[in-house]
Amino acid sequence: MYTVKSVFEKETQEMRAVYCQTLRELARKNPKICALDADLIGSSGMKAFFEEFPDRAVNCGIQESNMVGVAAGMSAAGMIPFAHSFGPFASRRVLDQIFISCAYAKLNVRIIGSDPGVTAAYNGGTHMPFEDMGALMSIPQITLAEPADSVQLEWLIRQLEKEYGVFYIRLLRKNAIGVFEPGSQFALGKIARLREGTDVAIAASGILLGEALKAAQMLEAQGISAAVLNPFCWKPLDSDTLAEYAAKCGCVVTAENHNIIGGLGSAVAASLSRTCPVPVEMVGVEDQFGEVGAEDYLRQRFDLTADHILRAAKAAIARK
Amino acid sequence: MENYKKLRVFAEEIRVETLKELAHLSFGHVGGSMSVVELLAVLYGKQMNINPKNPQWEDRDRLVMSKGHAGPALYATLALKGYFPKETLLTLNQGGTQLPSHCDRLKTPGVDMTTGSLGQGISTACGLAVGNRIMGRKSFTYLVLGDGECDEGQIWEGASFAAHQKLDRLIAFVDLNKQQLDGKCDDVLYMGDMVDKFTAFGWFVQKVNGHDLQAVDQAIDNAKVQSGKPAMIVLDTVKGHGCLLAEQTFPCHHLKFTSQQIAPSIAQAEAALEAARKA
Repeated sequence: MYTVKSVFEKETQEMRAVYCQTLRELARKNPKICALDADLIGSSGMKAFFEEFPDRAVNCGIQESNMVGVAAGMSAAGMIPFAHSFGPFASRRVLDQIFISCAYAKLNVRIIGSDPGVTAAYNGGTHMPFEDMGALMSIPQITLAEPADSVQLEWLIRQLEKEYGVFYIRLLRKNAIGVFEPGSQFALGKIARLREGTDVAIAASGILLGEALKAAQMLEAQGISAAVLNPFCWKPLDSDTLAEYAAKCGCVVTAENHNIIGGLGSAVAASLSRTCPVPVEMVGVEDQFGEVGAEDYLRQRFDLTADHILRAAKAAIARK
Repeated sequence: MENYKKLRVFAEEIRVETLKELAHLSFGHVGGSMSVVELLAVLYGKQMNINPKNPQWEDRDRLVMSKGHAGPALYATLALKGYFPKETLLTLNQGGTQLPSHCDRLKTPGVDMTTGSLGQGISTACGLAVGNRIMGRKSFTYLVLGDGECDEGQIWEGASFAAHQKLDRLIAFVDLNKQQLDGKCDDVLYMGDMVDKFTAFGWFVQKVNGHDLQAVDQAIDNAKVQSGKPAMIVLDTVKGHGCLLAEQTFPCHHLKFTSQQIAPSIAQAEAALEAARKA
């Protein structure tokens, strides 16, 4: 089970450091664990893994398509590969390789796409994936997950050692807002419930989860009771819990660092339309390309703040 | 030479069974299936360390048929090796079949990798070779590329990767049959000389007549004993080789035909098989 922190602050450790450390711990006990990268070890924080396990770490150079195929082949030889690149190059650039060599072939591959959405910041629009989850969403049986903090990330990586299939992990490299107490356990494909509420349910992922919690506090001060949910698995999506909260609250707000088209908002709305149709408002990128700038600037630029969630919540409530 | 007589019989059996398999629905990838028949005979008849009774044996040699449309020839080979009954061949491409147009590791006993989206097989083969090396296995990974397939950029990603990783248990082939779907390879997209290209990428490269069983066999022997480089054997072949109809049709990548049209080709292949048995 997971426990939610009482105070939400920026974590002291970077997410990439936790990713590397967790994978090293797993690899010490499991000789099948291996890592691949496409000339981004300096960025992914995996240098220590590559130094500790030189025989099980493959730098493929700047060839993401080949890397994904190599990972698929290594899994066919019985290994458990974790392959990393920046989000756009680990998703849209390699869509067919993930589709055919990994998913259609039912192999066992974990793909790590880093720097989700506006966190790509100074790398700019070419490197800013607002579409990675959406591009992969239509691959049958793929699992898409975006861990919100280092505790959830560590649990997820440990869980992935035991799972079989194709997984895309949307990884924030920097420090997340700490939301869960250390040692928290989750369930793949199940929503984490952070805060109960009765007027509106906010389903938020990644860096928007901290904003959602802030928005819920602001709403509470105005006499509005907001539930906060974390569907960290966008696929499979926890339709049952979404329907439960839609029924209880009567409206839903989604919040994502991604294009709402093909993203979490679309997925939640599609799910609720089949289970419990209620007004849904979406906070996210409105069908735009990314651009360069500081992350704080970009959060404002693309309407990804607690204020935007607050306004969306009120709009959703008004539509009940 | 007795050995090659047996391999010639095996090759002609593969050819006959492949043609009958394709004839059943009156269409299919005839040309590229015919051109790899001798290669498959040498691999499955002699070179590969496999166990048809245990297709998932971990230490087996593996084949990635990256030109996945040559599935029908591979299926005929596997059926003749006893991976599944020969009658299954007549279900090719029919609903619910184990034998889809392009190779599928989940559907067909003995198929080691799913292919069909061209260019991807070189990467999965590299992954198998890296994985088997890490796991301490001595097995070989065989990879069959089409010459048209080499238009794909991913082939050249894999080519540099395999050389950098010194994958000397990866033995690859380019089926240089000089045709792709729309016509002559050189007319659709001129790729230059495959021997020069793979040599420049740092591979151990040989070129042989792809229909000469002994030459193919000896090239594989050479590839096995060299070390430090992935091996490329460029197979000089004829698209549609041994199938009268395909040899007389251009281009012959995918053919539709009536049973009357294909009958002389099957008769000719059966006569070649009979001759091989009597030789």
